[in-house]
Amino acid sequence: MTAATITQAPKLALRHRLAERGIDRTLLLILPGVIAIAALFCYPFIYGLGLSFQPAKGGVLGAYSAFFSDSFSEGTIWKTFSLAIPSALINVGLSVPISYRMRGDFRGKRLLLTLLVVPITLGTVLTAEGILEYFGPVGWFNLTLQKLGLVGAGHPVNLINDYWGVLFSLIISGFPFAFLLTHSYLSGIHPALEKAAATLGAGWWQRFRHVTFPLLLPGLLTTFCLTFVLGFSVFPSAIMVGDPDGKTHVISIEAYEQALQNFNYPQGCADAMIMTALMLLVIGLVMGIRALRFKGERIFYTGSTGGKG
Amino acid sequence: MTDIADSPAAALDAQRFSELRLNGISRAYGAHTALHPLDLTIRGGEFIALLGPSGCGKTTALNSIAGLLPLTAGSIELDGRRIDTLPPEKRGFGMVFQNYALFPHLTVRRNVAFGLRMRKVPKAELERRVHAVLELVRLTEHAHKLPGQLSGGQQQRVAIARAIVLEPPLVLMDEPLSNLDAALRLDMRAEIRRIHQEFGLTTLYVTHDQEEALSLADRLVVLNAGHVAQVGTPAELYESPRSAYVAAFMGYRNILTLTATRVGTDVATVVGEGVKLVGTVAGPVTEDADVQVAIRPEDLKIAAEGAEAAFEAVAEVVEYHGREFQVDALTRSGKRVHLRTPERVAPGDQLALTVDPRRALVFPMEGEPT
Repeated sequence: MTAATITQAPKLALRHRLAERGIDRTLLLILPGVIAIAALFCYPFIYGLGLSFQPAKGGVLGAYSAFFSDSFSEGTIWKTFSLAIPSALINVGLSVPISYRMRGDFRGKRLLLTLLVVPITLGTVLTAEGILEYFGPVGWFNLTLQKLGLVGAGHPVNLINDYWGVLFSLIISGFPFAFLLTHSYLSGIHPALEKAAATLGAGWWQRFRHVTFPLLLPGLLTTFCLTFVLGFSVFPSAIMVGDPDGKTHVISIEAYEQALQNFNYPQGCADAMIMTALMLLVIGLVMGIRALRFKGERIFYTGSTGGKG
Repeated sequence: MTDIADSPAAALDAQRFSELRLNGISRAYGAHTALHPLDLTIRGGEFIALLGPSGCGKTTALNSIAGLLPLTAGSIELDGRRIDTLPPEKRGFGMVFQNYALFPHLTVRRNVAFGLRMRKVPKAELERRVHAVLELVRLTEHAHKLPGQLSGGQQQRVAIARAIVLEPPLVLMDEPLSNLDAALRLDMRAEIRRIHQEFGLTTLYVTHDQEEALSLADRLVVLNAGHVAQVGTPAELYESPRSAYVAAFMGYRNILTLTATRVGTDVATVVGEGVKLVGTVAGPVTEDADVQVAIRPEDLKIAAEGAEAAFEAVAEVVEYHGREFQVDALTRSGKRVHLRTPERVAPGDQLALTVDPRRALVFPMEGEPT
C-alpha cells in the first residue's frame, strides 16, 4: 500500500494549476456582470455605431456630413458646451470653498451636509418645476426684485425658457455630486499637513495655496469630468426650463428629434456618436492635463495624500 | 578639538532665549479637562521630556504650546513677552509630528524649504540654509526625492530638518520615534540628541517611553491624567520618585498594595498578601494604613538558603535574556511579580524572594487624581 502512494505522481488540484498560470477561478463570478454589460451597453452601442454608418442617402459618412453641413444641428455643439463647461466650472468652483470650510467637526455639520446633498434626491422634473415657479415672471425671485424696485412691474427678468434656467438646473442637480466628491477628496488629506504648514509660518491662504489645493487638484479634475458629463448630456431640463428650439437646443435634443420625431434612426445614432466622441475628447484632455510632466516630473501630484507621504 | 566651523550646524543657529514660562496653562473639552493647570519654566537650550501614558494630556500640552489648540486658561511667556494669543504661524516654534506630516507632493528639498519660502527668505540664503540642514540630518543625496520614496527613519529626519531650518527658539516633538522599529529608534534617539547638542536647540519632547525620556532629557515632566506628577532630572526621578505612579514609570514594575504595620522615620514594615518586608518610607505613610510598595525587578532577589524571605512565589514564565533570566512569578495570593535573576529558574519552581529595605519604596495610597 505504501508503495502505491509513493509511485503515484503528485497531482495538483485544478485550482492550483490554474493559479500557477495566474488564473483565479473565482474570477468567473464576474461573468454574469460582463454579460449584462455586453447585452445592455456594448451591444446597443455597437449597433448604434453601425446604424450611424447606414444612412438613407450620402454613403457611409452621410449622417455625419449631414450633421456638420446643417448649421442648426452643428450649432448644438456650441450650445451644449456653453452649458456644460460653465456649469461644471461653477459646480467645482463652489464645492471647493464650501467643503474646505466644512473640514473638521462642528455643530450642525450633519444637517448642513444633508441640506447640501438633498437636491440629489430631487428628480430633474421636480427641480425644473421649482425653477419654473421660483424664477417665473410672477415667481418669488421677480416679485422680490419688484418690491426692491430693481425691476419695473410688468418687466420681469426673464430667466426661464432660456439659457439661464437650464444652467441653474444643472447647478442644482450637479452641485451635490461635485460637493460630495470634493468633500471626500478633502477628507483624504491628512489634517496634520495643514497643522504642519501652520507651524512653519503659513497663514490660511498659503496653507490652502501650497498644501491643500495642490493635493486636491487631481481630485478636482476628476470631479470636473463627472459634472461635465452630467451637463453635456442634459436633456429634460433643457426642454422644461430652457428654450429647446433655440438657445438650449442641445445635442441630445437634436439626436432625440432626429431619431424619434423624424424617425431617422441613422441620423439620431450619428448625433449620439458625435456627442460621445466630444465627451471623450474633453475627458481625455483633462486626464492628459492630469498626467502632464515637466522635465520628467509630474506637475500634478497624484499619489497618496496621507500624512506619511 | 574639532573646529566648530566644520560642523554643518555652524551655518545655522537657533534663536536663543533665556526662558519660556508656562503659567498654569490648561485645556478643557467641555466638561472633560484634558490638561490641568501646568506651570513650567523652560530655560534656553534645555531638553525637556513630557512623559506619561496615552491620554495623560501630554499631546494636548504640546499642541497648546504650538498654538494648534487654544488654551482654556493660563498664559505662555517667552522672555516676558506673551505669546499664547498668537496663531501658530506667528509663534515660530518648530514642530515634529508623530506621523511626520511631510508634504507628499513636495520633494525633500522643497519640504525643508517650505517654512523659509513662507517667510520670503531671499533665495541665496534659503539655498544655503536648506543645504546646511540637509547635511546636518545627512539627507543631501535624497534632496530631490518625494517623501513617499524615503524610509521611515529618513522621513523622520526630513521632519526634523523642516522644523529646525527655521532656527526656531523651541522645537516641539510629538512622539517622533513611535512609528519606527526598535533598532531604528535607538539610532534616531542618538541622532536627535546629536542635533540638539550641535544646534543648541531648546526641545520639548513628548513620549510614553521612559527609556527614551531618561536618555534624552535634561529634565522630565511626568503627567498623570492631566496633572503634573513630578518634575525633575532623570536621576532625581529615577532614584527618588515621589509617588507610586512615577515609580511605575521609572522601572518599578512591581507595585504591591500592602498594609504598614510599623512606621519609623526611614523604614516601615509592611505586610499583606503573604508578604512581609521592610522598606524605605518615600512619602507620608501612617501606621495601619494601606500603602503601595514599589520594587524594581532587578532588586527582587532569590533569598539565600536559610535566610529569611519576604515572600514566596511560583515561577510562571521564564524568559532567557542572555546574562540573566526575566521571571514572572505568582505569589500565594495570586499577585504577579516580576524579577530578574542570574540564577537558572524553571517554570513551576518555588522561589523564596527577598528585597533590600533600601530598594523597596513605600508610598501612601494615592487616589485617582481629579
